[in-house]
Amino acid sequence: MFAKRGWDTAIIALTIVVLIVASGTVDNFASSQNFGFLVLDLLPIALVALPMTYIIVTGEIDLSVASTLGLSSAVMGSLWNAGLSIETIIPLCLLLGAILGAVNGLFVTVLGLPSLAVTIGTLALYRGLAFVVLGDGAVADFPAVYTDWVTGGSPIPNVLYLIIVLAIAFGLVLHATPIGRNLYAVGASEQAARFAGVRPGRTKFWLYVVSGAVAGLAGVLWTLRYSSARADNGAGLELAVVAAVLLGGVSIFGGRGTLPGVLAGVVLLASLQNALRLSDVSNEALNVVTGALLIISVLAPNAVQKLIQRRHRLLLPERTNAS
Amino acid sequence: MTTATLNLAPKLSLVFKARELGIVIALALLVGVTAISNPRFLSGQSIRDILLGTAILAVLAVGQAIVVITRNIDLSVGSILGLSAFTVGTLLRDNPGLPVVVALLVGAGVGAVAGLGNGALVQYGKIPALVVTLGTLYVIRGITYFWAGGQQVNADELPGSFLAFGNATLLGIPYLVWIALIILTISGVVLRNYRAGRELYAMGSSPQAATLAGIRVGRRTLAAFTVSGGLAGLGGVLFAARFGTIDAAAGTGLELNVVAAVVVGGVAVFGGSGSVWGAALGALLLTTIGSSLAVLEINQFWQQAIVGALILLAIGSDRLVAARVAASLKKRGSRVR
Repeated sequence: MFAKRGWDTAIIALTIVVLIVASGTVDNFASSQNFGFLVLDLLPIALVALPMTYIIVTGEIDLSVASTLGLSSAVMGSLWNAGLSIETIIPLCLLLGAILGAVNGLFVTVLGLPSLAVTIGTLALYRGLAFVVLGDGAVADFPAVYTDWVTGGSPIPNVLYLIIVLAIAFGLVLHATPIGRNLYAVGASEQAARFAGVRPGRTKFWLYVVSGAVAGLAGVLWTLRYSSARADNGAGLELAVVAAVLLGGVSIFGGRGTLPGVLAGVVLLASLQNALRLSDVSNEALNVVTGALLIISVLAPNAVQKLIQRRHRLLLPERTNAS
Repeated sequence: MTTATLNLAPKLSLVFKARELGIVIALALLVGVTAISNPRFLSGQSIRDILLGTAILAVLAVGQAIVVITRNIDLSVGSILGLSAFTVGTLLRDNPGLPVVVALLVGAGVGAVAGLGNGALVQYGKIPALVVTLGTLYVIRGITYFWAGGQQVNADELPGSFLAFGNATLLGIPYLVWIALIILTISGVVLRNYRAGRELYAMGSSPQAATLAGIRVGRRTLAAFTVSGGLAGLGGVLFAARFGTIDAAAGTGLELNVVAAVVVGGVAVFGGSGSVWGAALGALLLTTIGSSLAVLEINQFWQQAIVGALILLAIGSDRLVAARVAASLKKRGSRVR
């Protein structure tokens, strides 16, 4: 029971424990300045994790998100160089992301190709195009009004409101609407979902479009946060996002997981990294923590479930199927 | 899919041969066009560079193909290559008298242990390979960084014999290429003609059926990941011998090229079909594209975009061919399923 339904509860509890322990033991962790940094650090992971949760719930994956972010950032830089206003550029970047997502969606749904292979391909393609667009240079002279909005706001950073609004929207759709129920149905059994009147192909296509658009938005915010448009912005972020989503209790096989769990996963990952960095642990050693967490987050529920089954068998030998 | 290939008509096997033929034609076109626009492309040094690059990528691609055939994936190969290269580099720096064979064995051993770990987590932890190797990609790279702590091993610290091994040739062909060819031949023959190899295809085609047929899936899974890790470790030694300078970042992001080589080479990501020969051809094609772009003075940044487009093209055309074959079988009333 715990393993099946309660992993997200467990991860939320664990996140709270980590936050309390880090506040008590790590200097400056609980300062309002560090809170701002923490929010800015988890901003791209949290945003991209929202649609990624949907996609993994349906049993697919999108590894191209970080490259979409990078291409969106590169395009933003070159459009700014070309003299367009930020108000024009932002919707264009969102549209670009949506189109890139639609390409993924078409390959996955119309051609019926495995999303892992497709998005590994577009991971390379989109990142390559980002470099083709902007080379290895950087565009940095973005207007302070926008960069200040992203980095500013104390004690509550401005972007936190954006994360909260989007998270609530994604959470409501997933957990309180027929759309959300359909996603779980597709993930649990595509065939059964089809019999129940859901169109898995169409559903997945739109998920990829949303995922691309959100990654495009993340590219815009990334650029403004560092005040630097670069083709390699966000490189490798897809791994952190997938790690956070799985850590939050979403099953890689689809059909299981909750958005609060995912948000806890994001906060856990980001605050652990933040606390370790404040404790002078090197950036590289953080990789070990991220990777180990990812493996443990999938291993632990399995192990707990097995333990519980064994205990059931010992206590109730006549009911071996009690799981 | 494989069984269908074996039972059903020469037409099908022609299709699958044609996939490898397609890569060969693409290669020939690429080399032809590049050589016409700049004859320097066919100079000895240029060909040598391509062969050396291909040798390292192909060794890793062979291991990856074996894992992918069983319907798994190994994303940790780039990190394993880095760990092995750094291990062997520091070992040789501290013990200059060590023979090259020991270096090769140590590198492969380090990789095999890491691969065994991957396999054990997949098999006994019941964790999907994607998640396991995504995790170990981080963990192994982190360990290498932690251990290296910013230092690197330079060529002038490595024994001359080891660097000579990276450059030496036999019958005009570099040692590295010989090693890749030997590995390719052995794994190709085992996969094609031996029971252990055929069982990997069976597992990839249908895991349940393979279990029911009495194939020891657990053992084979462990073996596949161990081989992939071992070959990635061996690739680390070859990398160290070729470049001489090794830091903790060696091989970062390489898993993408390795998976690309395998997919472009016609190994289906859903397992059960493909060959290591195709994977090696894929490695050759990718490496040649890199050199061609440099020779043709096309912006190097196009390379990654081309790799991505090639992956999409390869898996897309594979699917179209499969769909057409299925349709023609249906029309003739064959009962495949």
